[in-house]
Amino acid sequence: MNLSFSDEDLKFQSEVRSFIKDNYPADIKEKMDNGIPVSKDDIVTWQKILSKKGWFAINWPEEYGGSGWSVTQKYIFQNELAEANTPNIVPFGVSMCGPVIYTFGTEEQKERFLPDIRDNNVWWCQGYSEPGSGSDLASLKTKAEKKGDKYIVNGTKTWTTMAQHADWIFCLVRTDSSGIKQQGISFLLIDMKTPGVEVKPIITIDGSHEVNMVYLDNVEVPAENLIGEEGAGWSIAKFLLAHERTGIGGIPHLKREIRRLRQITEELPLNEGFLKDDQLFMDKLNKVEIDLLSAEYTELRTLASISAGGHPGPESSILKIGGTDLQQSLSDLYVEALGYYAHPFMSEDDLKSNEKRIGPDFAANVMPHYLNYRKVSIYGGSNEVQRNVIAKAVLGL
Amino acid sequence: MDFLITDEQKQLQDLIHQFIQKDYPFDVRDKLVKSEDGFSKEFWKTFSQFGLLAMPFSEEDGGFNGGPVDIMIILEAFGTGLIVEPYIPNIVLSGNLVSKLGNKEQKEAILPNLLSGDMQLAFAFSEPQSRFDLNDVTTLAEKKGSDFKLNGFKSVVMNGPAADKLIISARTAGSQLDENGISLFIVDRETKGVSLRDYSNIDGSKASELTLEDVVLTKDALLGEQDKAFSTIEEVVNLATLAISAEAIGIMQKMNELTLEYTKTREQFGQALSQFQALQHRMVDTFMVHEQTKSLLLMAAAKMNDKADDAVKAISALKYQVGNAAKLIGEESIQLHGGMGVTEEMSIGHYFKRLTTIRTIFGNADYHLKKYSSL
Repeated sequence: MNLSFSDEDLKFQSEVRSFIKDNYPADIKEKMDNGIPVSKDDIVTWQKILSKKGWFAINWPEEYGGSGWSVTQKYIFQNELAEANTPNIVPFGVSMCGPVIYTFGTEEQKERFLPDIRDNNVWWCQGYSEPGSGSDLASLKTKAEKKGDKYIVNGTKTWTTMAQHADWIFCLVRTDSSGIKQQGISFLLIDMKTPGVEVKPIITIDGSHEVNMVYLDNVEVPAENLIGEEGAGWSIAKFLLAHERTGIGGIPHLKREIRRLRQITEELPLNEGFLKDDQLFMDKLNKVEIDLLSAEYTELRTLASISAGGHPGPESSILKIGGTDLQQSLSDLYVEALGYYAHPFMSEDDLKSNEKRIGPDFAANVMPHYLNYRKVSIYGGSNEVQRNVIAKAVLGL
Repeated sequence: MDFLITDEQKQLQDLIHQFIQKDYPFDVRDKLVKSEDGFSKEFWKTFSQFGLLAMPFSEEDGGFNGGPVDIMIILEAFGTGLIVEPYIPNIVLSGNLVSKLGNKEQKEAILPNLLSGDMQLAFAFSEPQSRFDLNDVTTLAEKKGSDFKLNGFKSVVMNGPAADKLIISARTAGSQLDENGISLFIVDRETKGVSLRDYSNIDGSKASELTLEDVVLTKDALLGEQDKAFSTIEEVVNLATLAISAEAIGIMQKMNELTLEYTKTREQFGQALSQFQALQHRMVDTFMVHEQTKSLLLMAAAKMNDKADDAVKAISALKYQVGNAAKLIGEESIQLHGGMGVTEEMSIGHYFKRLTTIRTIFGNADYHLKKYSSL
């Protein structure tokens, strides 16, 4: 056991830090630091900067453009990105579709799709959930019928994050309804420009447009866009969900946010002193920090085991539950810290305007963030489903 | 000993529930919240006709002599329909201050108009650093001859955007945290030196920030005795805390009902969500928490009614419990609705937003736990 960084690690850390310092665009940083929503262009610009450096698809095998970094280096890198408050990496291409393609795709598919994901030329979104299929994903009904060298796809996908920006969608579709429900599912890539694909926004309680309905009406998809065999979709989905669940906890960002909250307690006036004088509040902050340490070291253990050759399996469910609990607790603590100043509501347009905000500068995002983060225990397999996974696959129940 | 309400109180409750059912469905409420005023002046008049606006005032003041139990009944019913019309800022806070402290002229100028629904009031008692401490007042009212000159800043003035007149707490003596030395002033919103910055809250209500710059007022603007306003401020805020707790409990009841209904209709893995034992136990917990919190509400209302020695302590016990129950029931209801719970389209998320702001208003759970411990 050795939890300290080597000299090489420290050298790597300072290299990453100075790269971000020199290359993180000032206008994007200003938006992030002031809680102004970043645009699609901002996200693509930043991700392309990482791509160009070869620091985007860091978890991929080196032959496809991965970094070849050690677990420690990856951990350092993620922490530095979060510490600098850079935009979250959009996971759908690089962390989800990419690994599926290099694991299950043909050589042709790899050549066709991987470079554009790695270089950020194509924006992907995820077509999993359906109005009738949430936690029970395998009950999905979107139908893909083979007609010659094409699939004709009909159905509705929902909760599709940032579909409004996407060029392509990877979908779970039903190619066979005859056997048990898991067996007839296939994994299909669909160009969003294909006739019959329609995106409609879903507005959430924080007032934002992040998720969408995606309607698929007689969409013709070339059969060569099928990944793996027909009917292999469910195994691919499980592989992908395990990948999704490891990164979903967002630990590096939480570390930055908790430090920021501690700083806020020294700035927010309370009577003749500051919020830090409120011992009950500080106790809660410290409890969350301890929980965060537990989650962080659980994640590190998992990453270490993956680097030793293991695959993220049911353990990733622990990370998902632990990480999302923390995201929610911390977002609630921010609300508590602000008191009444958590209540004013500013639309995205208000936030982008120069009008002075009500209360402290950081206040405008706090309540929307708390409300928006109710989703984290629902998406990526609800935390109830994660508990089922642990019960079955880990405890053998 | 009994927990029964009177026939009149039952009628009042039914009247509001019928109003909600007939005139205040969720889509109507949603349109009101998005309108310029943020609530319906027409419905406000309806509430006047129902007698709701006159409820807590003495017969002498044109009211019905209603007590804390009546206020509780009104607000609990309001909660079930997520009524956004500003009853607490107008009636429970401002109206009560005028009724308790006003002289003849002040009462005559305000109360008939308030009770008929023609005048809107707001009470500015909070400052950025005061958080929930009513005694923390830095806004200054300096005596200049027989006049007062006000300077300072008031935050989160509920119903500020609609208010024709504002009641402002300001310091006339003592230091920042002294209970003695706080006075109240009635100010027209158009008065020179008064500026309001209006804004919308996440729960659909509206509020303002109030800046006072060399606002000169005659002694006629003073509400009640100079320096001695604190105990009355505390008294009306206690009643408002009971009122908003009742609203919260109405909301919790509705959220539990909506959630139960949703889990019975939504199917996953070949059965209704309500059939999963893990979810059943959670709904049992939220049901119990609502019942237990409601018990504290009834206890606190009865103690306030009787002017019991420990009524204030009971209010803190109640609001502490409301804070915790609101978090549990709010968050669980959304979770059990799954993705649908976070959409703007369903009412459950709007109940959640109001319940969440109520956790803070008039003191959060931590604040009332500390207050309870100190009493």
